[in-house]
Amino acid sequence: MAYDALDGTTLDAGLADAGKGSSSAPQARRQGRSLPTLAARRAPLASAEAQLTLMRSVPLAREFPDALKDAGLWPLKARELDILQLNVGRVCNQTCHHCHVDAGPDRRESMTRETMEACLRVLARTEACVDITGGAPELNPNFRWLVEQCRALGRHVMDRCNLTILDTPAHADLPEFFAEHAVEIVCSLPHYRATSTDKQRGEGVFEKSIRVLRRLNALGYGDGNSGLRLVLVANPAGAFLPPPQACMEAEWRRELLRREDVRFDALYTITNMPISRYLEWLERSGNLEGYMQRLVEAFNPAAVAGVMCRNTLSVGWDGALFDCDFNQMLELPIEGPVHVDGFDLETWRRRDIVVDRHCFGCTAGAGSSCGGATA
Amino acid sequence: MSDHYYHSHDLERFGEIGDHAPELAKKFFAWYGAVFAEGALTAREKSLIALAVAHAVQCPYCIDAYSKGALEKGADVEQMTEAVHVAAAIRGGASLVHGLQMRNRADGLSM
Repeated sequence: MAYDALDGTTLDAGLADAGKGSSSAPQARRQGRSLPTLAARRAPLASAEAQLTLMRSVPLAREFPDALKDAGLWPLKARELDILQLNVGRVCNQTCHHCHVDAGPDRRESMTRETMEACLRVLARTEACVDITGGAPELNPNFRWLVEQCRALGRHVMDRCNLTILDTPAHADLPEFFAEHAVEIVCSLPHYRATSTDKQRGEGVFEKSIRVLRRLNALGYGDGNSGLRLVLVANPAGAFLPPPQACMEAEWRRELLRREDVRFDALYTITNMPISRYLEWLERSGNLEGYMQRLVEAFNPAAVAGVMCRNTLSVGWDGALFDCDFNQMLELPIEGPVHVDGFDLETWRRRDIVVDRHCFGCTAGAGSSCGGATA
Repeated sequence: MSDHYYHSHDLERFGEIGDHAPELAKKFFAWYGAVFAEGALTAREKSLIALAVAHAVQCPYCIDAYSKGALEKGADVEQMTEAVHVAAAIRGGASLVHGLQMRNRADGLSM
Protein backbone atom coordinates (compact mmCIF):
# COMPACT_ATOMS: atom_id res chain seq x y z
CA MET A 1 0.00 0.00 0.00
CA ALA A 2 1.09 3.52 -0.51
CA TYR A 3 1.24 4.17 3.22
CA ASP A 4 3.91 1.56 3.49
CA ALA A 5 6.24 4.20 2.13
CA LEU A 6 8.79 4.04 4.88
CA ASP A 7 12.18 4.83 3.63
CA GLY A 8 11.95 4.70 -0.13
CA THR A 9 13.17 7.39 -2.38
CA THR A 10 11.35 8.97 -5.23
CA LEU A 11 13.00 7.35 -8.18
CA ASP A 12 14.51 9.25 -10.98
CA ALA A 13 13.39 7.87 -14.32
CA GLY A 14 16.77 6.29 -15.03
CA LEU A 15 16.84 4.09 -11.98
CA ALA A 16 13.32 2.89 -12.63
CA ASP A 17 14.50 1.04 -15.71
CA ALA A 18 16.04 -1.91 -13.99
CA GLY A 19 19.19 -3.33 -15.46
CA LYS A 20 19.72 -0.39 -17.80
CA GLY A 21 21.49 1.82 -15.32
CA SER A 22 25.05 1.32 -14.22
CA SER A 23 24.26 1.55 -10.49
CA SER A 24 24.78 -1.68 -8.62
CA ALA A 25 22.51 -2.47 -5.71
CA PRO A 26 25.10 -1.66 -3.01
CA GLN A 27 25.93 1.61 -4.77
CA ALA A 28 22.28 2.58 -4.89
CA ARG A 29 21.96 1.86 -1.18
CA ARG A 30 25.09 3.79 -0.26
CA GLN A 31 23.82 6.76 -2.21
CA GLY A 32 20.57 6.56 -0.28
CA ARG A 33 18.55 5.62 -3.34
CA SER A 34 16.02 2.83 -3.59
CA LEU A 35 16.42 -0.36 -5.53
CA PRO A 36 14.05 -1.04 -8.42
CA THR A 37 11.13 -3.34 -7.65
CA LEU A 38 11.68 -7.04 -7.08
CA ALA A 39 9.69 -7.62 -10.28
CA ALA A 40 11.98 -5.41 -12.36
CA ARG A 41 15.07 -7.02 -10.86
CA ARG A 42 13.56 -10.45 -11.51
CA ALA A 43 14.43 -11.24 -7.90
CA PRO A 44 13.33 -14.67 -6.63
CA LEU A 45 11.19 -13.00 -3.95
CA ALA A 46 9.08 -11.34 -6.65
CA SER A 47 7.08 -14.58 -6.53
CA ALA A 48 4.49 -14.98 -3.78
CA GLU A 49 5.32 -18.66 -3.54
CA ALA A 50 9.00 -17.90 -2.85
CA GLN A 51 7.96 -15.41 -0.16
CA LEU A 52 5.74 -17.98 1.55
CA THR A 53 8.47 -20.62 1.35
CA LEU A 54 11.02 -18.28 2.94
CA MET A 55 8.61 -17.10 5.66
CA ARG A 56 7.66 -20.69 6.47
CA SER A 57 11.31 -21.79 6.69
CA VAL A 58 12.00 -19.84 9.89
CA PRO A 59 11.96 -21.91 13.11
CA LEU A 60 9.07 -20.61 15.24
CA ALA A 61 7.71 -21.67 18.64
CA ARG A 62 4.18 -22.09 17.23
CA GLU A 63 2.01 -21.51 14.18
CA PHE A 64 -0.70 -18.84 13.92
CA PRO A 65 -3.68 -21.25 14.12
CA ASP A 66 -2.16 -22.72 17.31
CA ALA A 67 -1.87 -19.26 18.84
CA LEU A 68 -5.54 -18.59 18.01
CA LYS A 69 -6.61 -22.01 19.31
CA ASP A 70 -4.77 -21.42 22.61
CA ALA A 71 -6.62 -18.10 22.92
CA GLY A 72 -9.97 -19.69 22.04
CA LEU A 73 -10.23 -17.63 18.84
CA TRP A 74 -10.02 -20.35 16.18
CA PRO A 75 -11.25 -20.35 13.46
CA LEU A 76 -11.02 -16.65 12.70
CA LYS A 77 -14.43 -15.37 11.58
CA ALA A 78 -15.80 -12.18 10.06
CA ARG A 79 -17.72 -9.47 11.90
CA GLU A 80 -19.59 -7.06 9.61
CA LEU A 81 -18.38 -5.87 6.22
CA ASP A 82 -17.43 -2.28 7.04
CA ILE A 83 -14.71 -1.63 4.48
CA LEU A 84 -14.31 -2.40 0.80
CA GLN A 85 -10.58 -2.03 0.20
CA LEU A 86 -9.72 -1.58 -3.46
CA ASN A 87 -6.11 -2.01 -4.48
CA VAL A 88 -6.32 -0.16 -7.78
CA GLY A 89 -2.80 -0.94 -8.95
CA ARG A 90 0.86 -1.43 -8.24
CA VAL A 91 2.11 1.65 -10.08
CA CYS A 92 3.79 4.13 -7.73
CA ASN A 93 6.05 7.18 -8.05
CA GLN A 94 8.16 5.80 -5.20
CA THR A 95 9.97 2.53 -4.55
CA CYS A 96 10.11 2.32 -0.77
CA HIS A 97 12.35 -0.32 0.78
CA HIS A 98 9.56 -1.60 2.96
CA CYS A 99 6.73 -1.84 0.44
CA HIS A 100 4.79 -5.11 0.78
CA VAL A 101 3.18 -4.51 -2.63
CA ASP A 102 6.49 -4.28 -4.53
CA ALA A 103 5.00 -1.15 -6.07
CA GLY A 104 7.06 1.19 -8.24
CA PRO A 105 7.23 3.22 -11.44
CA ASP A 106 8.01 0.11 -13.50
CA ARG A 107 4.83 -1.76 -12.52
CA ARG A 108 1.98 -1.83 -15.01
CA GLU A 109 -0.84 -3.54 -13.08
CA SER A 110 -3.78 -1.14 -12.86
CA MET A 111 -7.49 -1.73 -12.23
CA THR A 112 -9.69 -1.20 -15.31
CA ARG A 113 -12.93 0.79 -15.42
CA GLU A 114 -14.82 -2.54 -15.96
CA THR A 115 -13.41 -4.04 -12.75
CA MET A 116 -14.20 -0.82 -10.89
CA GLU A 117 -17.79 -1.08 -12.13
CA ALA A 118 -17.97 -4.61 -10.72
CA CYS A 119 -16.63 -3.28 -7.39
CA LEU A 120 -19.25 -0.54 -7.39
CA ARG A 121 -22.00 -3.14 -7.91
CA VAL A 122 -20.71 -4.98 -4.80
CA LEU A 123 -20.50 -1.69 -2.92
CA ALA A 124 -24.12 -0.87 -3.71
CA ARG A 125 -25.20 -4.18 -2.13
CA THR A 126 -23.41 -3.47 1.16
CA GLU A 127 -23.13 -0.70 3.74
CA ALA A 128 -19.34 -0.52 3.46
CA CYS A 129 -17.13 2.52 3.12
CA VAL A 130 -14.31 2.51 0.57
CA ASP A 131 -10.57 2.36 1.22
CA ILE A 132 -8.56 3.00 -1.95
CA THR A 133 -4.97 1.84 -1.96
CA GLY A 134 -2.16 0.81 -4.30
CA GLY A 135 0.66 1.55 -5.29
CA ALA A 136 -0.10 5.22 -5.51
CA PRO A 137 -3.84 4.91 -6.18
CA GLU A 138 -3.92 8.40 -7.68
CA LEU A 139 -1.90 7.06 -10.65
CA ASN A 140 -4.80 4.90 -11.81
CA PRO A 141 -6.30 6.74 -14.82
CA ASN A 142 -9.83 6.15 -13.46
CA PHE A 143 -9.05 7.18 -9.89
CA ARG A 144 -11.12 10.39 -9.83
CA TRP A 145 -14.03 8.70 -11.57
CA LEU A 146 -13.97 5.91 -8.95
CA VAL A 147 -14.02 8.41 -6.07
CA GLU A 148 -16.95 10.27 -7.64
CA GLN A 149 -18.94 7.05 -8.12
CA CYS A 150 -18.34 5.94 -4.50
CA ARG A 151 -19.41 9.36 -3.26
CA ALA A 152 -22.49 9.26 -5.50
CA LEU A 153 -23.47 6.09 -3.60
CA GLY A 154 -23.10 8.13 -0.41
CA ARG A 155 -20.05 6.27 0.87
CA HIS A 156 -17.15 7.57 2.90
CA VAL A 157 -13.91 7.28 0.89
CA MET A 158 -10.36 6.93 2.20
CA ASP A 159 -7.30 7.42 0.02
CA ARG A 160 -3.99 5.86 1.10
CA CYS A 161 -1.58 8.48 -0.12
CA ASN A 162 2.21 8.79 -0.12
CA LEU A 163 1.99 12.65 -0.08
CA THR A 164 4.77 13.17 -2.66
CA ILE A 165 2.38 12.28 -5.50
CA LEU A 166 0.37 15.40 -4.62
CA ASP A 167 3.50 17.46 -5.21
CA THR A 168 3.72 16.42 -8.88
CA PRO A 169 2.32 18.79 -11.56
CA ALA A 170 -0.15 16.21 -12.93
CA HIS A 171 -1.79 15.82 -9.52
CA ALA A 172 -1.41 19.33 -8.14
CA ASP A 173 -5.18 19.90 -8.08
CA LEU A 174 -5.94 16.67 -6.20
CA PRO A 175 -6.07 18.27 -2.72
CA GLU A 176 -9.01 20.44 -3.88
CA PHE A 177 -10.64 17.39 -5.47
CA PHE A 178 -10.24 15.50 -2.18
CA ALA A 179 -11.73 18.37 -0.18
CA GLU A 180 -14.66 18.71 -2.59
CA HIS A 181 -15.49 15.00 -2.14
CA ALA A 182 -14.63 14.92 1.59
CA VAL A 183 -12.10 12.14 0.97
CA GLU A 184 -10.25 11.03 4.11
CA ILE A 185 -6.52 11.14 3.48
CA VAL A 186 -4.41 8.46 5.12
CA CYS A 187 -0.81 9.29 4.38
CA SER A 188 2.65 8.07 5.25
CA LEU A 189 5.22 10.19 7.04
CA PRO A 190 8.12 8.32 8.63
CA HIS A 191 9.17 11.02 11.10
CA TYR A 192 8.47 14.58 12.17
CA ARG A 193 12.13 15.52 11.81
CA ALA A 194 13.62 16.36 8.41
CA THR A 195 16.95 14.65 9.09
CA SER A 196 15.39 11.32 10.07
CA THR A 197 12.89 11.41 7.22
CA ASP A 198 15.37 12.32 4.49
CA LYS A 199 17.83 9.73 5.75
CA GLN A 200 15.10 7.16 5.34
CA ARG A 201 13.32 8.33 2.20
CA GLY A 202 15.82 10.46 0.32
CA GLU A 203 16.83 14.10 0.06
CA GLY A 204 13.93 16.51 -0.05
CA VAL A 205 11.12 14.03 0.63
CA PHE A 206 10.36 15.57 4.02
CA GLU A 207 10.12 19.05 2.58
CA LYS A 208 7.74 17.87 -0.17
CA SER A 209 5.61 16.00 2.34
CA ILE A 210 5.38 19.01 4.66
CA ARG A 211 4.53 21.29 1.73
CA VAL A 212 1.64 18.99 0.82
CA LEU A 213 0.48 18.67 4.44
CA ARG A 214 0.36 22.48 4.74
CA ARG A 215 -1.73 22.69 1.57
CA LEU A 216 -4.10 20.10 2.99
CA ASN A 217 -4.28 22.04 6.27
CA ALA A 218 -5.09 25.21 4.34
CA LEU A 219 -8.10 23.41 2.81
CA GLY A 220 -9.34 22.49 6.29
CA TYR A 221 -7.79 19.03 6.52
CA GLY A 222 -6.70 18.16 10.06
CA ASP A 223 -8.45 21.07 11.78
CA GLY A 224 -10.76 18.70 13.66
CA ASN A 225 -14.07 20.33 12.68
CA SER A 226 -14.16 20.65 8.88
CA GLY A 227 -15.00 16.96 8.53
CA LEU A 228 -11.91 16.62 6.36
CA ARG A 229 -9.96 13.90 8.11
CA LEU A 230 -6.18 13.72 7.80
CA VAL A 231 -4.43 10.66 9.21
CA LEU A 232 -0.69 10.04 9.37
CA VAL A 233 0.75 6.55 9.24
CA ALA A 234 4.14 5.58 10.62
CA ASN A 235 5.80 2.19 10.31
CA PRO A 236 9.02 1.41 12.17
CA ALA A 237 12.10 1.93 10.02
CA GLY A 238 13.59 -1.46 10.81
CA ALA A 239 13.10 -4.85 12.39
CA PHE A 240 11.25 -3.83 15.52
CA LEU A 241 7.67 -3.26 16.66
CA PRO A 242 6.03 0.16 16.54
CA PRO A 243 5.92 2.28 19.72
CA PRO A 244 2.63 2.77 21.58
CA GLN A 245 0.30 4.65 19.23
CA ALA A 246 -1.22 7.04 21.78
CA CYS A 247 2.21 8.23 23.05
CA MET A 248 3.47 8.71 19.53
CA GLU A 249 0.36 10.59 18.45
CA ALA A 250 0.71 13.08 21.30
CA GLU A 251 4.39 13.61 20.56
CA TRP A 252 3.87 13.98 16.78
CA ARG A 253 0.98 16.38 17.30
CA ARG A 254 3.13 18.59 19.54
CA GLU A 255 6.28 18.43 17.41
CA LEU A 256 4.66 18.84 13.96
CA LEU A 257 2.76 21.87 15.19
CA ARG A 258 5.80 23.41 16.88
CA ARG A 259 8.31 22.69 14.11
CA GLU A 260 6.22 22.80 10.94
CA ASP A 261 2.88 24.36 11.84
CA VAL A 262 1.18 21.17 10.57
CA ARG A 263 -2.01 19.68 12.06
CA PHE A 264 -3.51 16.23 11.67
CA ASP A 265 -6.39 14.23 13.14
CA ALA A 266 -4.81 10.91 14.06
CA LEU A 267 -1.59 8.92 13.86
CA TYR A 268 -1.67 5.21 13.09
CA THR A 269 1.27 2.99 13.92
CA ILE A 270 1.47 -0.03 11.65
CA THR A 271 3.70 -3.08 12.03
CA ASN A 272 5.79 -4.04 9.01
CA MET A 273 4.76 -7.28 7.37
CA PRO A 274 7.34 -9.89 6.35
CA ILE A 275 6.23 -9.69 2.72
CA SER A 276 7.83 -8.58 -0.55
CA ARG A 277 10.55 -5.90 -0.28
CA TYR A 278 10.45 -5.77 3.52
CA LEU A 279 10.87 -9.56 3.57
CA GLU A 280 13.84 -9.20 1.24
CA TRP A 281 15.37 -6.58 3.53
CA LEU A 282 14.80 -8.78 6.60
CA GLU A 283 16.61 -11.64 4.96
CA ARG A 284 19.45 -9.56 3.53
CA SER A 285 20.07 -7.78 6.84
CA GLY A 286 20.06 -11.00 8.87
CA ASN A 287 16.92 -9.95 10.75
CA LEU A 288 14.40 -12.44 9.38
CA GLU A 289 14.52 -15.05 12.12
CA GLY A 290 14.72 -12.54 14.97
CA TYR A 291 11.85 -10.45 13.59
CA MET A 292 9.54 -13.42 12.99
CA GLN A 293 10.27 -14.70 16.48
CA ARG A 294 9.62 -11.24 17.93
CA LEU A 295 6.19 -11.17 16.24
CA VAL A 296 5.33 -14.62 17.61
CA GLU A 297 6.58 -13.83 21.10
CA ALA A 298 4.53 -10.59 21.13
CA PHE A 299 1.26 -12.36 20.15
CA ASN A 300 -1.56 -10.53 21.91
CA PRO A 301 -4.98 -12.23 21.98
CA ALA A 302 -6.58 -8.84 22.74
CA ALA A 303 -5.29 -7.53 19.39
CA VAL A 304 -7.17 -10.21 17.42
CA ALA A 305 -10.65 -8.71 17.74
CA GLY A 306 -9.82 -5.62 15.69
CA VAL A 307 -7.80 -7.12 12.83
CA MET A 308 -8.92 -5.80 9.45
CA CYS A 309 -9.70 -9.17 7.82
CA ARG A 310 -12.75 -9.40 10.09
CA ASN A 311 -14.47 -6.34 8.61
CA THR A 312 -12.72 -5.77 5.27
CA LEU A 313 -13.02 -7.22 1.78
CA SER A 314 -9.82 -6.74 -0.20
CA VAL A 315 -10.02 -6.53 -4.01
CA GLY A 316 -6.97 -6.76 -6.25
CA TRP A 317 -6.34 -4.73 -9.41
CA ASP A 318 -7.71 -7.63 -11.49
CA GLY A 319 -10.85 -8.08 -9.39
CA ALA A 320 -9.55 -11.03 -7.34
CA LEU A 321 -10.85 -11.21 -3.75
CA PHE A 322 -8.79 -11.61 -0.59
CA ASP A 323 -9.14 -11.36 3.19
CA CYS A 324 -6.63 -8.50 3.33
CA ASP A 325 -4.05 -6.64 1.24
CA PHE A 326 -1.29 -8.85 2.70
CA ASN A 327 -3.00 -12.08 1.64
CA GLN A 328 -3.47 -10.39 -1.74
CA MET A 329 0.29 -9.90 -2.12
CA LEU A 330 0.95 -13.48 -0.97
CA GLU A 331 -1.73 -14.70 -3.43
CA LEU A 332 -3.68 -16.48 -0.70
CA PRO A 333 -7.23 -16.28 -2.13
CA ILE A 334 -10.36 -15.87 -0.04
CA GLU A 335 -12.59 -18.87 0.71
CA GLY A 336 -15.66 -18.90 -1.55
CA PRO A 337 -15.98 -16.98 -4.83
CA VAL A 338 -12.53 -15.62 -5.68
CA HIS A 339 -13.56 -12.83 -8.06
CA VAL A 340 -15.53 -9.65 -7.42
CA ASP A 341 -18.09 -10.70 -10.07
CA GLY A 342 -19.06 -13.67 -7.89
CA PHE A 343 -19.10 -11.91 -4.49
CA ASP A 344 -21.76 -13.05 -2.07
CA LEU A 345 -22.16 -11.30 1.28
CA GLU A 346 -23.57 -14.33 3.12
CA THR A 347 -20.69 -16.55 1.98
CA TRP A 348 -18.28 -13.81 3.05
CA ARG A 349 -19.83 -13.68 6.54
CA ARG A 350 -19.63 -17.46 7.03
CA ARG A 351 -16.16 -18.06 5.64
CA ASP A 352 -13.05 -19.01 7.62
CA ILE A 353 -10.41 -16.33 7.23
CA VAL A 354 -7.23 -17.55 5.51
CA VAL A 355 -4.18 -17.18 7.76
CA ASP A 356 -0.46 -17.86 7.60
CA ARG A 357 2.64 -16.81 9.53
CA HIS A 358 2.52 -13.15 8.45
CA CYS A 359 -0.71 -12.85 10.48
CA PHE A 360 1.48 -12.66 13.59
CA GLY A 361 2.32 -9.17 12.31
CA CYS A 362 -1.25 -7.95 12.87
CA THR A 363 -1.52 -9.47 16.36
CA ALA A 364 1.87 -8.49 17.83
CA GLY A 365 1.98 -6.10 20.75
CA ALA A 366 -0.73 -3.47 20.47
CA GLY A 367 -1.89 -5.03 17.18
CA SER A 368 -1.82 -3.53 13.72
CA SER A 369 -4.40 -2.96 11.06
CA CYS A 370 -5.22 -0.51 8.32
CA GLY A 371 -6.63 1.64 11.12
CA GLY A 372 -3.48 1.37 13.22
CA ALA A 373 -3.23 -0.34 16.62
CA THR A 374 -6.12 -2.68 17.48
CA ALA A 375 -5.67 -3.32 21.20
CA MET B 1 31.07 -24.84 24.89
CA SER B 2 32.83 -22.37 22.61
CA ASP B 3 35.72 -20.32 23.84
CA HIS B 4 33.91 -17.06 24.63
CA TYR B 5 32.83 -15.48 27.87
CA TYR B 6 29.73 -13.95 26.19
CA HIS B 7 27.09 -15.70 24.04
CA SER B 8 24.31 -13.65 22.40
CA HIS B 9 21.82 -16.50 22.81
CA ASP B 10 22.28 -16.32 26.58
CA LEU B 11 20.12 -13.17 26.50
CA GLU B 12 17.06 -15.31 25.74
CA ARG B 13 18.02 -17.46 28.75
CA PHE B 14 17.83 -14.56 31.20
CA GLY B 15 14.98 -16.35 32.98
CA GLU B 16 17.36 -19.18 33.91
CA ILE B 17 19.05 -16.99 36.53
CA GLY B 18 16.23 -18.31 38.71
CA ASP B 19 17.25 -21.96 38.36
CA HIS B 20 18.90 -22.27 41.75
CA ALA B 21 17.08 -19.47 43.54
CA PRO B 22 13.49 -19.45 42.21
CA GLU B 23 12.02 -17.34 45.00
CA LEU B 24 14.66 -14.65 44.70
CA ALA B 25 14.30 -14.62 40.92
CA LYS B 26 10.53 -14.27 41.20
CA LYS B 27 10.99 -11.22 43.39
CA PHE B 28 13.64 -9.81 41.08
CA PHE B 29 11.53 -10.17 37.92
CA ALA B 30 8.41 -8.74 39.58
CA TRP B 31 10.41 -5.75 40.76
CA TYR B 32 12.18 -5.41 37.40
CA GLY B 33 8.85 -5.32 35.58
CA ALA B 34 7.46 -2.71 37.96
CA VAL B 35 10.55 -0.52 37.57
CA PHE B 36 10.04 -0.27 33.79
CA ALA B 37 6.29 0.36 33.86
CA GLU B 38 5.05 3.79 32.76
CA GLY B 39 5.17 5.99 35.85
CA ALA B 40 6.43 9.48 36.73
CA LEU B 41 8.92 8.72 33.95
CA THR B 42 7.66 7.45 30.61
CA ALA B 43 8.54 3.96 29.42
CA ARG B 44 10.71 5.59 26.73
CA GLU B 45 12.65 7.71 29.24
CA LYS B 46 13.29 4.60 31.31
CA SER B 47 14.45 2.76 28.21
CA LEU B 48 16.94 5.52 27.42
CA ILE B 49 18.22 5.55 31.02
CA ALA B 50 18.60 1.76 30.83
CA LEU B 51 20.50 2.10 27.55
CA ALA B 52 22.86 4.66 29.07
CA VAL B 53 23.45 2.54 32.19
CA ALA B 54 24.02 -0.50 29.97
CA HIS B 55 26.94 1.37 28.41
CA ALA B 56 28.24 2.48 31.79
CA VAL B 57 28.24 -1.08 33.15
CA GLN B 58 29.32 -2.32 29.69
CA CYS B 59 26.82 -5.16 29.62
CA PRO B 60 26.47 -6.49 26.04
CA TYR B 61 23.21 -8.24 26.86
CA CYS B 62 21.70 -5.01 28.18
CA ILE B 63 22.96 -3.03 25.17
CA ASP B 64 21.34 -5.60 22.85
CA ALA B 65 18.05 -5.58 24.75
CA TYR B 66 17.76 -1.83 25.28
CA SER B 67 18.86 -0.79 21.79
CA LYS B 68 15.82 -2.66 20.50
CA GLY B 69 13.74 -1.63 23.53
CA ALA B 70 14.42 2.07 23.00
CA LEU B 71 13.52 1.83 19.28
CA GLU B 72 10.28 0.05 20.12
CA LYS B 73 9.47 2.82 22.58
CA GLY B 74 9.81 5.35 19.77
CA ALA B 75 13.31 6.67 20.50
CA ASP B 76 15.54 7.30 17.50
CA VAL B 77 19.26 6.79 17.01
CA GLU B 78 20.03 10.47 17.67
CA GLN B 79 18.37 10.28 21.08
CA MET B 80 20.04 6.96 21.81
CA THR B 81 23.44 8.36 20.85
CA GLU B 82 22.92 11.30 23.21
CA ALA B 83 22.02 8.83 25.98
CA VAL B 84 25.33 7.01 25.43
CA HIS B 85 27.14 10.36 25.62
CA VAL B 86 25.45 11.04 28.96
CA ALA B 87 26.83 7.72 30.23
CA ALA B 88 30.27 8.52 28.82
CA ALA B 89 30.28 12.04 30.30
CA ILE B 90 29.46 10.71 33.75
CA ARG B 91 32.13 8.04 33.43
CA GLY B 92 34.73 10.57 32.26
CA GLY B 93 33.69 13.11 34.86
CA ALA B 94 33.83 10.47 37.58
CA SER B 95 37.46 9.72 36.76
CA LEU B 96 38.40 13.38 36.60
CA VAL B 97 36.68 14.40 39.81
CA HIS B 98 38.65 11.68 41.61
CA GLY B 99 41.68 13.67 40.56
CA LEU B 100 40.88 15.84 43.56
CA GLN B 101 41.20 12.78 45.82
CA MET B 102 44.59 12.16 44.19
CA ARG B 103 45.60 15.78 44.81
CA ASN B 104 44.44 15.70 48.42
CA ARG B 105 46.45 12.54 49.03
CA ALA B 106 49.47 13.83 47.15
CA ASP B 107 49.29 17.15 48.99
CA GLY B 108 49.14 15.26 52.31
CA LEU B 109 52.21 13.25 51.40
CA SER B 110 54.21 16.10 50.00
CA MET B 111 56.28 18.74 51.74
